[in-house]
Amino acid sequence: MPGITYNFFDLVDLANTRELWVKKLIELAAVHKNIFLLASDAQVPGNTICEFRDLYPNRFVDVGIAEPNLVGIAAGLALDGNITYAQAFGPFLSTRATDQIHTDVAYNDIPVRLIGTHGGLTSGGGPTHNAILDFAIIRGIPNMTMVAPSDTNQCLRLIEASVTYPGPIYIRIPRGAEPLVYANQDYDFTIGKAVLAKEGSDATIIGTGSAVFNSLKAAQELETEGIKVRVLDMHTIKPLDNEAVLKASRETGIVVTVEDHNILGGLGSAVADTVLEAGVQCKFKRLGVPDVFAAFGEAKELYAYYGYDSNGIKKQIKSML
Amino acid sequence: MQAADMKLVARLEDKAVEIRKKLLIMCNQVGVVHMGGSLSMCEVAVALYYKFLKYDLKNPKWEQRDRLVLSKGHTGCLLYCIFADLGMFSFEETYEGYNTIGGRFGMHPNRKYLPVFEASTGSLGHGLSLATGMAFSGRAKKAPWRVFCITGDGELDEGSNWEAIMCAAHYKLGNLVAIVDRNQLFTCGPTEKYMSLEPLADKWRAFGWNVINIADGNDMKQVVEALASLPPVDAVTPRKPICIISNTIKGKGVDYMELVAGWHAGHVSDEKLQEGLVSVENNRKVRR
Repeated sequence: MPGITYNFFDLVDLANTRELWVKKLIELAAVHKNIFLLASDAQVPGNTICEFRDLYPNRFVDVGIAEPNLVGIAAGLALDGNITYAQAFGPFLSTRATDQIHTDVAYNDIPVRLIGTHGGLTSGGGPTHNAILDFAIIRGIPNMTMVAPSDTNQCLRLIEASVTYPGPIYIRIPRGAEPLVYANQDYDFTIGKAVLAKEGSDATIIGTGSAVFNSLKAAQELETEGIKVRVLDMHTIKPLDNEAVLKASRETGIVVTVEDHNILGGLGSAVADTVLEAGVQCKFKRLGVPDVFAAFGEAKELYAYYGYDSNGIKKQIKSML
Repeated sequence: MQAADMKLVARLEDKAVEIRKKLLIMCNQVGVVHMGGSLSMCEVAVALYYKFLKYDLKNPKWEQRDRLVLSKGHTGCLLYCIFADLGMFSFEETYEGYNTIGGRFGMHPNRKYLPVFEASTGSLGHGLSLATGMAFSGRAKKAPWRVFCITGDGELDEGSNWEAIMCAAHYKLGNLVAIVDRNQLFTCGPTEKYMSLEPLADKWRAFGWNVINIADGNDMKQVVEALASLPPVDAVTPRKPICIISNTIKGKGVDYMELVAGWHAGHVSDEKLQEGLVSVENNRKVRR
């Protein structure tokens, strides 16, 4: 399926998922009168959240800085037949409100869509403001679906799909403008199904969320050296696309997972579970935050520092060939 | 406050006696039940389900119903007794299905198995946020129903309650009524000894709520007067939400359970069952 992604040797367009997903929700809310938007200290004059608020004042609540209450209210609304989209700082949403996500949302099994911003190290605010365990937490909760879209347009497709999706979803997005991965939308997007972002037979990189960009960049650069690397965009961490994982691990024999998350409990762990239980023999490596509270700095610098920027991924693949 | 209709009060008092007896029998039949907090909130629950709450027995999801969130999910067994008495299912069903694999009656209620519960609860301190969400829903629908949330007092230690209390007041959700079953006891002892809540009414008022105090929440007359004094339902007009603090006695009605923290949860033996039933009968108020 060549050609669906950008060629990352060129300049790539940036887009801000945090702004644009709400724009999409505004469209959907015009049709679906039971869509609510919940925010936590997020009304910046002129932003899309304010636009939603002004259009649908009765379907908007800002709870201030109070993630457990945000999730509880979102659940209360959903229990009464609404579809609730609740956005908060990812670093605080999955951790501080875990009990509410577990009991109010997941145990009640209701259509709450939690949007955790500032995924991974993208906040640049240091360890208190990094979201490095949301995959692990959400994966461990029954009934939850965990998705980390790889670019803005994919997130918009996810938001569209989420309107009719049964059960609760946690959606992880980055802080601000991030590169677009897909040059066009001519690919199948289904929650729970990986996107084959690049063909290849020598090795497989499985990336998720903002790590897909660097995974593809690494694969495209390796291609110029004659190394054909497959890239799976594993936007859905749970339920994992086991079929795509097993196919890739069997066909290429080398699997490297890349995630902007602690290497414990996230995408890499999920893939390992699948591969090991199926008895597939392959070389395997997890890249991501190496179970440390990250150093200070911007995400780009930190990805390089911890070896999961495109150079780090390339080096890893070469060492396994 | 208007004087209560004493015929109604007497009818509800009799019902409360009946429900307490059913609860004792249930506990004897099934094993461990949260008795203390169920007995303390008995008058409030009976007054709601036999008089003040709007619902349809045959259609638990009737859109016009009042919503009731049981934040103190561990006392779901009291509501099982009430629902069985109302004919939603038989008592035998609850005994057989209580805390068993495949049973519908958990130690804490699950709305999937029993849709009459608005929410599956159990982890304490969650109900007020859930009820606040439902009150927002009611406002958006301009709904003719109210949201009640029955919360324990000990669980008010949980910080998220105060997030919800602040939020409901900020948005002036006048369609929301919180009822605090103020029985003064945690699992292990007095709230005022281990984590004091007083001055509790002042705290709610300071957060922007109207407070109705029931001096004795085990006196049906006072409970009826408090619930009858609620303003007409109005989901739209911004008004202060209402908190009813119902001062009760944990284990009320069964003498050997009253004020005994250990009876937060437990099992009633055959012998203790007879003693308990006699006790409940002896504590019946006789009105002339």
